[in-house]
Parts: sequence; structure tokens; C-alpha cells
Amino acid sequence: MHNEQFNNRNVSESYFLVDIEDYPTDGWGRFKRVVKRTFRGELFVGLWVVLREMIKFDIHTIQYPQEKMPIGPRYRAVHEMKRLWESGTERCIGCGLCEKICISDCIRIDTKIDENSRKEVSEYSINLGRCIFCGYCAEVCPELAITHGGRYENASEQREHFVMFEDMLTPIDALKAGKQLEFEGFGAITPHEDERVKKTPLSY
Amino acid sequence: MSEITINIDGKEIKTQEGEYLLNAARANDIFIPAICYLTRCSPTLACRICLVEVDGKQVYACNAKAKDGMNITTTTDAIKSERRAIMEVYDVNHPLQCGVCDQSGECELQNYTLEMGVDSQSYSIKDVERKDKDWGHIHYNPGLCIVCERCVTVCKDMIGDNSLKTVPRGGDALDAEYKDSMPKDAYSMWNKLNKSLIGLTSGEEMLDCTSCGECASVCPVGALVDTHFIYKSNSWELKQIPATCGHCSAGCQISYDVKHASIANPEDKIYRVMNEWNYVSLCGAGRYGFDYENANVTKDEVAFHKAVEAFKKADTIKFTSTITNEEALILEKLKENFGYKLVNNEALAFQTFLKDYSQISGTSLYGSNLKEIAQSNFIVSVGTAIKSDNPNARYSLNNSLTVNKGAALQEESVLYLLLDLFADKEKLPSEISAYLKTFHATKTITVEETIKETIIEIVKTMKMNEETGLEEEVEEEKSKIVPKKISKEVEVDDNKLFELVGAPKDFSETLEKLLAKKDSFSLVVGADLYAHPHAKNLARLVALIEKYSEFKLVMIPSLTNSLGVALINELSSDEGKYSIGYNTKGDFTLSALGDGDFHMPAMNQQEGTLTSINKRVNPTNAALSYGGYELNDIASVLGIVAKNTIDYTRELPTAKGFKAQKFDTLPNHYTNSGEEVRGYELENLAVPHAEDESVEKIDSSLSLGESLIYLVNPVRQFSVFTNKATNLDEVSGVYMSEEFLSKSDFNEGESVRIKSDKGELVATIVSDNKIAGNIVCMPTFDSKLNSEVLFSGYRFTSASIERV
Repeated sequence: MHNEQFNNRNVSESYFLVDIEDYPTDGWGRFKRVVKRTFRGELFVGLWVVLREMIKFDIHTIQYPQEKMPIGPRYRAVHEMKRLWESGTERCIGCGLCEKICISDCIRIDTKIDENSRKEVSEYSINLGRCIFCGYCAEVCPELAITHGGRYENASEQREHFVMFEDMLTPIDALKAGKQLEFEGFGAITPHEDERVKKTPLSY
Repeated sequence: MSEITINIDGKEIKTQEGEYLLNAARANDIFIPAICYLTRCSPTLACRICLVEVDGKQVYACNAKAKDGMNITTTTDAIKSERRAIMEVYDVNHPLQCGVCDQSGECELQNYTLEMGVDSQSYSIKDVERKDKDWGHIHYNPGLCIVCERCVTVCKDMIGDNSLKTVPRGGDALDAEYKDSMPKDAYSMWNKLNKSLIGLTSGEEMLDCTSCGECASVCPVGALVDTHFIYKSNSWELKQIPATCGHCSAGCQISYDVKHASIANPEDKIYRVMNEWNYVSLCGAGRYGFDYENANVTKDEVAFHKAVEAFKKADTIKFTSTITNEEALILEKLKENFGYKLVNNEALAFQTFLKDYSQISGTSLYGSNLKEIAQSNFIVSVGTAIKSDNPNARYSLNNSLTVNKGAALQEESVLYLLLDLFADKEKLPSEISAYLKTFHATKTITVEETIKETIIEIVKTMKMNEETGLEEEVEEEKSKIVPKKISKEVEVDDNKLFELVGAPKDFSETLEKLLAKKDSFSLVVGADLYAHPHAKNLARLVALIEKYSEFKLVMIPSLTNSLGVALINELSSDEGKYSIGYNTKGDFTLSALGDGDFHMPAMNQQEGTLTSINKRVNPTNAALSYGGYELNDIASVLGIVAKNTIDYTRELPTAKGFKAQKFDTLPNHYTNSGEEVRGYELENLAVPHAEDESVEKIDSSLSLGESLIYLVNPVRQFSVFTNKATNLDEVSGVYMSEEFLSKSDFNEGESVRIKSDKGELVATIVSDNKIAGNIVCMPTFDSKLNSEVLFSGYRFTSASIERV
């Protein structure tokens, strides 16, 4: 890679000055500008554009919120909790690494022992008012359980908007319908991972 | 023992001759990996990872003793490959479930696997099914167990319960080819590990021990976990608050591990209690009795005014010794300014005992501490139920043979016996020597001895005569050794004192054998003596023993801070008309239990200092917040003004041995060499003592009836505070030993009426297999039981028991 493009610090070369009139400095000049702007009919120019496009019926704007832009698979919006494909149980094992690594300290987990003597996440919350969507939690998760999702609408009545485990978890019918998507961003398995793993010998 | 110099990795260090290399290295901040070794226990040699090279030879640092001029190399290539192989072996079939393991983050298997850089596995063996076991307060997951045997070692060597042992694992033997291909030590360590798991000595399903939880705390992995803590919190989320345990006078160093209670409740909660298990062992009360805080208290102004009014009205303050030195000083200042009578009978008895003791010893305090007791090899304990009065004292004399006699009112005879056996009679005051002589007599006894005699027998046997081919009778001489019993008359010294203390017949011989190799002696005396009808005489006897024999002396203060209270407060025995009770019943009661007229912070919500049995002033910090008023606020309104209670730490009376140190400067930790850096030690001041060293003779008129009741708490219970803790679930009632129950016609669970000459009460019978002998015990931890009504201060009383 060549560094010449960085070495040339003469930025003015490809720049040009836009032809803009100087701002008026005295009262008379300001008065003239007001009169000019008022009677130029720019309002009607704008109105004509709207009218013209309306008649054409060839609309390019996206009808948000009925319609949404497709977003990239690595986009980091509100978190999702994934389920295991085979059994449908939640992937989260309650290891608490996301809680530990979270740099804005917005994740909290309560765990307990369940009736099958397994660790159970009894409560899980993310304070979206503090979350900076850095992706560390998804990266550190050993089970690919917590990931980011595509839901970016965070409008809320209060600053401390929490998201609970149940809200993030893939609905079981969505899983059965095969609609759960694996996250491709932070923490996802890199291609050819199998080839790089050292295998443990087994005596079975 | 002499100081020597050894060389570890080119660093000259000084240590004691005969010290283990591992300890010497640790004391000098040199790292030698070790998994199975516990500082105060005997080396187990299970992990073999502490391998070092001494002058070209490989030895285990945990059991190799230091000699002058040794050259030690902690790592060589051969040792490195051994250690790596050992760690690989430990990782064989270890579940990769660190995410759900409670030990994760403080796991030594994790640490050493990373330290040795184990990034691949070369060994394998077929696993056997290893199922989780619930042992009551401890949960065992054999799947995670690396059989380092630390739990077994600590239970045997430190605690003395001997409840755990290794049991066979079953399953395949190691692949034969490993023997040649593997490093030697790693192979033999694996060979041993592969054959065992941990099980219960009793062979039953549940642990039946003193429930100290020390096994779980020393476990390097998540195999042994406290049942109450399973999957509650990751260790790294917990904040450790250094403190001093407030349950008994041992004053163990602990740390309260706190974290927010839940997502919904941001208030701190204590999740567990941890200890520096290499240097201090906790008892069950210390480890599991942590949630006795006075929660959800707010500043109630109305109640506060009532409390101040009550203080203005009162002329007596009754309190218990579960109190910090600072608060005791506040009470003392209140007394000086407003003339309150301070009433605390238990501390008063101890104070009086100490004063009587000083009369002869000339020192304000007893001479020794628990550390010295642990190092001595002949220990006598008198007048204490050591298991429940001060478990840490019990740990320090664990492994020593004890002859337990549950004999009430025999304390005088026992002390006289000690004087007789061990004191230097030349130096003893002549009257005492003369008195001791009166117990001795020579008597002739018939001893049966077995001697071996050689007898020659003539045996007739049939033999084939080879020449003639006929069978002939041949006489042969055979010598035979047969035991024969003969009686012999010998003159022996007959010591009536043995009889007086109720010792078994062969006691003096047993004692003689025991004493054969002993060179350091210790005497531990307890609360039975302080409240004894002849306490004064006993105190003088104890002082004489310390003065004229080699015995080192420790007194067990009856409650948490009895020693501090005895030094700080001037106590009186009689109550006035209107009393304030602090953690005890009064006309106006201040209580940290939340059941009084006014709330007080519990010990885990206070900062301050506590005086321990080791004559140490230990600082303790507040683990949990407290929202209400405390004693200092009341005193401030009354005119004894200080911003914080701990401002009084530097005002503790230097005339009694305290030091004028600020609370914030007091340290609370152990160093790598095991040195206790906690608070400061009380100065043992010289006090004027009387020339008169006379003691009263044994008063044989004192006796109690046949059915004795002893005022003692069960193991893991000390006070109303331990009773409040959720994890200590001892059933309250009248405790009867199994021996007593089998002899009487009472059954467990029955209600009985107990009547002594002081009073009577009704209680439920609880069978306790931890009480030895034929005795009935009443606990004090349950305030509902109110067992004090039966007793007059002395811990024994005779009483009648009948079914209700």
C-alpha cells in the first residue's frame, strides 16, 4: 500500500469556493435581502415541485413506519436472545460474562438453581437508556445467545427504557417456523473455524 | 530451629531450618505452583505440581525441608513438562462448563491451566458416571472434582471432624502406553487420581459434622459448594468487605461478599462469607450466620426522642458483650457523666476473674494466645465446652488427645492436679506444696504381668524309617514360647487427686505415655470457671499454674467482646429502678434484632473494633448499610459528642493496654507468610500484685445432684444473632446426648418441664449426637426459651426433668 495519498497535505487543490454573496452588514442591506426573498416566489417553486411529483405518481420515499429500509445483518440494534435450534430451549446459560464486560454497566442478571439442579436465569435486564450498542456482550457470549438484532426503534416514555429477557427471546413459534436468524456481526463464528480447532482425544 | 539462608532462583532468602520450601518461597513472594497443599496442614502430595529442583535433584516443595545453603530452581525444562502434563491430566474429562460453575473466576484449575499454557490435550480416558450429591449444607459435584484431597486434609488436620475421605472411583485403568510416554510424576499422580473420588466417612447420605463449610471454602474447583450459594452469583461480581466475625471471642478474620440483592432491589446483600483458609479456619456460625442484619430501618424521630427520654429517666444500662469496643467506651463515658450503673453479669464475672488472676500473676492479661496453643503439644482445657464456646480454640488443639470429663464443680481438683503434676514444687509456696503432698500415698498393688516362657516339649511323632521301610515312633524335642501370667507386688504412688477428678483407673499410666515426648504445655480455661462459686480461688490457682509450671495460659472470653468490655467498663452487679437494655431485656430495650423499643445496627452493619481471645484489637467494617440511629446519636444528644462511633477508637483506655490509634489506620489482613496483620495487640501490662499466694483448699462440700444441666449452645449457635441467620437452622430445645436418652425413658420431640431451685421452664427434647457423655444441655441462643431462669450464673445446675 502506498502512502502518497496521505502525504499530500495540500487540501486546497480539489476544493473550490462556492459562489455565495457576502452577507449584508448594514440595515439597508438586510432590508433589501428580506424584500428580495419575500417577493421571489421561492415558496411557489417548492409547491410546484410537490405538485409535479404528486401528479407523476412515481414516489421514491420509503413509507416509514409502514415500510422500512432493509438493514445489514451486522447492524447492532436492540439485543436478541437466541434459542437452540434442536431443542428450542434458550441458549443463555447465565454465565454473566455480558454483565461483566458491559462497559456502560447496563446489563444485570439474577440467577438461581432450578428444579433440575441447573443454573437458571431468573431475571435478565438491559437498560437501553445506558446501552451504547457497542456489541461487546454479543462478542463475549460463549453460547451465541445474546446478539444484536435489527430493531432500532427505541422511542420510549422514559429515559430508562429496559428490555427484559422475555422480550428479547426468539418466540418459540418463530423458531419452529425457522425464522430465527443467526447474527453475523460481533461474536459470530468465523468461517473455517473447525479447521483451526485443536481436537481433544476421546476414549470412547 | 535456627535461621538459615537458602537460595531460590538466585535470590538469597532467610528462613527457619526445617521449614517447608514452599512456605519459605511463599513468605518471600516467590511463586511455586501448588494445588493440594494447605499451609497449616500436613502435605498431601496429591498434585505433585510443586516440583522443584534442589541441587540437581527433583523434590516436592511442599514436603522438602529447608537446609542451610540449599540451591533451589523453581523451573527447569523437565519440571515445566511435568507441570504441563499434570495440568493436562487435571483437564481430562473436566467439563468445559465454566460458564455455569460457581468457582469460575476464582478457580485454581482455570488459573493453572492458563498459567501452564495448556492449549491442547494429549491424554484421554473413558469417564465414569459421576452424579451430583447433596450432602445437606454442602453440595458435591464429582464431575468437577480433581481429587486434590484438600477437603479431606482440612477436615482431618484442621477441623478434626474427619468427615470426608477418598472413595473408589471405579472405571477403567490407565492405558498402559502412558506409563512410558508420559512424564513420570504426572503419570503417578494420574494413576492415583483415577482411582478415587471424595465420599463421606460415615458412609451415609448426609454430612453429619460440625458443619463449618471449610471443605467447600478450600475446594480449588467448583466440586464442593455451599448449598445456599449454588448459582447465586459469580465471584467477580461480589465486593469483599474485610471484617471480624462477631459471633464469638475468637475474632476470626472474614470477608463479607456483598452485591446488590437483585435486579429489582439495588440494596446490598451478603451472599457469602469467605476466609483466608490458609491461615484461619471458620466455624459454621461464622461462615453461614451472616444475614442477621437489622434491615429496613429508617430514622424514626419519634422513637429517637422516646429513646433519649428513656436515657434521661434511666439509672441502669444493661448490655451484652456483643458490642464493639467503641460502643462500650460510649457506655463508659455515659456512666462517668450521668452515673448510670452498667450491668453485664457475664463480663463482670470475667473481669473479676482477671483481677483475681492478676493478684498473683502480676500481669493484666493471660500470657498466651491461640497460635501458641496450636504449636504446643500437650493441652489441657478446663471449664469450657470448647466445640461450641470457641470453635477456633478447638481447631488449634485439634489432633491432641483429650480426656473429656463432664464433671461439674471438679474444676478445683483438676487445677490442683495440674499443679501437682507439673508445677515446680521447690518454688511453689510451701503451704501449697505441703497441701499437695497430703494427696500422695504409697500403696502396694498387685500387678499382673505377662512374661514369655520357653517350654521344651517332647513330642512323639511317627516317622518312616527309610532303612527298614517301617514306621517308627521317634521322640523329638521342640521348644515353644508361651505367655504366662504372673502376679507381682509393686509399690506405686497413689495420687488421690486422680480419684477426685473422677479420672478412669488407668488414667495416670495413659497420661505418662502421653507425656513421654511432650515439651510444650498449654492450659485453656473457660467460662465455667468465671461464674464458679469459688471463682476467686480458681483464678489464683490458674495464675499459680502459669507462674510455677511450663504451662502457657489462655482464657476464653465468654462472649464476642467480653475481654474488651471487661477492660473498658466499670461494671456493677445490681440494677437500679429503671433500666435501658441494649440487646437484652430492659425497661426500655434497644435491639439490633428489631424486636425492641428502638432499633440498633447489628454487628455486620457497624464499624468498630472487637477484642479477641488473642488479646488483639481487630477492626471490622460495615458490610451492609443501616438507615437508622445508633448509640452514638443518642450519646451525642445527651452531650457526649462525636461525629462517628469510630472516633472513639483512639480514645480506648491506654491504661488498660489499648493503643491510641485511629480506626482508619488499623490493618486487617494476612501476609503471604501467614503473619496476622490485624489491628494491634493489647499490651500486657504489669500490675501491682500481692505477695500473698495462698489458695483455698479443695472444698468437698460443693456438689450438685445427679441430674446435671449444662448451659451451653449447640455447635454453630452462639447467641440470638446466630439464631436469626437463615442458614443456621438448629432446632431449639433441651439437648440430650444420645447416651442420656438411651438411659432415660424420654424420647426426642417430647415436651418436658425442667425445674431447678432457681426456676422452671418447659422445652422440647432434641437429641444431639455431638454431645458426649451422660448430660443434658440448655442453649442460650433462643431468647424464647429463656433458659437463664434455671441458672444462678454458674453454668451447671441440678434440676429435675419430667414429662409435661
